Amino acid sequence: MTQVISQVSPQKPWRPKLKNLLPEVLGALFTAVSTLLIVAVTPLKGKLGFAIVLIIMSIVVSSLVSGIRRDKKAALNSTTTVLVYIASAFVIIPLFSILYEIFRLGIGGLSFGIFTKDMSLTSSDSPLTEGGLLHALIGTLYVVVLASILSTPVGILASLYIVEVKGRFAGLVRFFIQAMSGIPSIVAGLFIYAIWMINMGNSYNAVAGAGALAILMIPTVARTSEEVLKLIPPDLREAGLALGATQWRTVAMIIIPAAKSGLVTAVILGIARVAGETAPLLLTIGGADAINLNPFSGNSSAMPYYVWKNYSLGNPESISRAWLGVLVLMIVVFIFFSLARFFGRSKGVKK
Amino acid sequence: MSTATVPSKTPPVARVITTKPRFSDKVFRAVVTTGGLSSLVILAVIAFFLVYNGFGVFKSEGLSFFTGFEWVDAQPDAGTAASYGIGAMLYGTLLTGFLAVLFGVPIAVGAALFLSYYAPEWLKKPMVIVVDVMAAIPSIVYGLWGYFVFMPHAEYWAKLIHKYLGFIPFFDMPANAFSRSPFIAGLVLAIMIIPIVTSVSREVFAQTPLDRIQAAYALGATKWSMIKAVVFPYGAGGVVGGAMLGLGRALGETVAVYTVLNLVYDIRIEVLLSAGGNVASMIVNKFGEADAPELKALMAAGFVLFLVTLIVNFIANIIINRTARKG
Repeated sequence: MTQVISQVSPQKPWRPKLKNLLPEVLGALFTAVSTLLIVAVTPLKGKLGFAIVLIIMSIVVSSLVSGIRRDKKAALNSTTTVLVYIASAFVIIPLFSILYEIFRLGIGGLSFGIFTKDMSLTSSDSPLTEGGLLHALIGTLYVVVLASILSTPVGILASLYIVEVKGRFAGLVRFFIQAMSGIPSIVAGLFIYAIWMINMGNSYNAVAGAGALAILMIPTVARTSEEVLKLIPPDLREAGLALGATQWRTVAMIIIPAAKSGLVTAVILGIARVAGETAPLLLTIGGADAINLNPFSGNSSAMPYYVWKNYSLGNPESISRAWLGVLVLMIVVFIFFSLARFFGRSKGVKK
Repeated sequence: MSTATVPSKTPPVARVITTKPRFSDKVFRAVVTTGGLSSLVILAVIAFFLVYNGFGVFKSEGLSFFTGFEWVDAQPDAGTAASYGIGAMLYGTLLTGFLAVLFGVPIAVGAALFLSYYAPEWLKKPMVIVVDVMAAIPSIVYGLWGYFVFMPHAEYWAKLIHKYLGFIPFFDMPANAFSRSPFIAGLVLAIMIIPIVTSVSREVFAQTPLDRIQAAYALGATKWSMIKAVVFPYGAGGVVGGAMLGLGRALGETVAVYTVLNLVYDIRIEVLLSAGGNVASMIVNKFGEADAPELKALMAAGFVLFLVTLIVNFIANIIINRTARKG
């Protein structure tokens, strides 16, 4: 029984050795030094000049290094690798710039007071310590909750139709919902204005805004729910039917409870999508500076509207208010976004 | 069952096996089908009401609604009739949309390639979150950032382009006005469409058959040769479809364009000049003080925008679905 097992330590012959890494390190060093030199000597100046020279030099140097060490194909490979990295950098830079600027320009006005007051007694050019955005927060709450109430049944029914009933038009419905997610938000606003104000004779109110947002929310809810329902194992469905349950009972008692957290995620994702929509609200809620607790009558405000209005006013204080509004709006959106991720994750664990 | 059953001689009647749905199922299917078809109904109702309200303008303006450059109300005092034409705005919308695709799609495809084939494992998840977060930022935030933060930089770039490439008619400048140009609007839109193009491209790249990828590597391909020979032929349709989805978003974007584009009722090819057009922004711009006839014209403009974006989206989705099925 005694058998000597020689311990073999894993070898990694593919791991690059110092000798192989040297040209790359030297190349990177050369790129940095030459960029600095070129920027110092030639009239190219500033961050932009530096970035352009750095990009060009890194492409040239890395292609040259691999071209000399191997062949033309390797040189092309190095060029494209650098280009792909640069493209990713171009994706990241705007996002960080946006988040940084929102924080930098918005944090100054952040105080407890803005959550307790509205703008009804404050003029637009008074300092930020006066007035607040409670009216906009309440408006957004109304609009978003009403939009969810309007769009959730439609969205989830559409996904049930595609996944569970698999009716004759399932492909068509799926296709139209995809197309619906591309409707410009302004068109949704115009439509509600046409039907609700012009043809039905109502005036601006929060419900109209919610109607416009619901149109934009339906595709998000429907598509996410569809993905969720598709993840439910068919065994559950078959088990339900095998026990003699009707399709209605199977869906109501088995499928929906199993997919519950996923469906909640779908709705929250929909909310995150529409909470910041501005254009449809410009045409539907009318805007207000005071708190309006009745969503069914009277002008209302909302966070995006508040930002828009203060941006349009154009004086320094109101622009600071706009940035403050953006900061609060982004916090609201990210809360919903994280909630969606949280619910989405807990679903994964259960499964 | 506590009572003992008396053995009977007659065999029990066979249960009737039927596929006929019960009453509850009929109701269930009817409700779900109604909900499912409501998306079609909503689209139809949107189209109907926009046409219904804008029909008069289509009728009175005719083709000149699409080709006209003017947008003036009727002046009863001066005795002039109203004239509504969205030609310049339509051209401007297509121009900014084209610029957005031109700048945004290569970057988005590069980022999708990075995510699929270049990024180290630890970087993939944060990068996906970055793209998701970008998609979640409301358009008004892009608008404010574009106007206050991005525009000074972009103006400087525009000046450089004009200085060195000014001999090309597109970069010519009749006046010294670089701010709020189609170039800047195109760049902001490019940033806004990057998330959707990236995620669609990444999805189709992920469906590339692994055996082909490994076959390419086994034949000694470099990463780029592999991508060129395997990934692009498989994913080309998806990338085109994603680009068209992005185009659809760019054509319909309102608030972000409104803040960074100067609306001028004229068709100009100089992209760096502070004069552009955009149907969606025009609707917001004119909506505030519009009287009843002008509102009708705005409805008609909205219908045109709706139709254009819907067609672009239809084509994009057909291409994407076809690619996805093949993979």
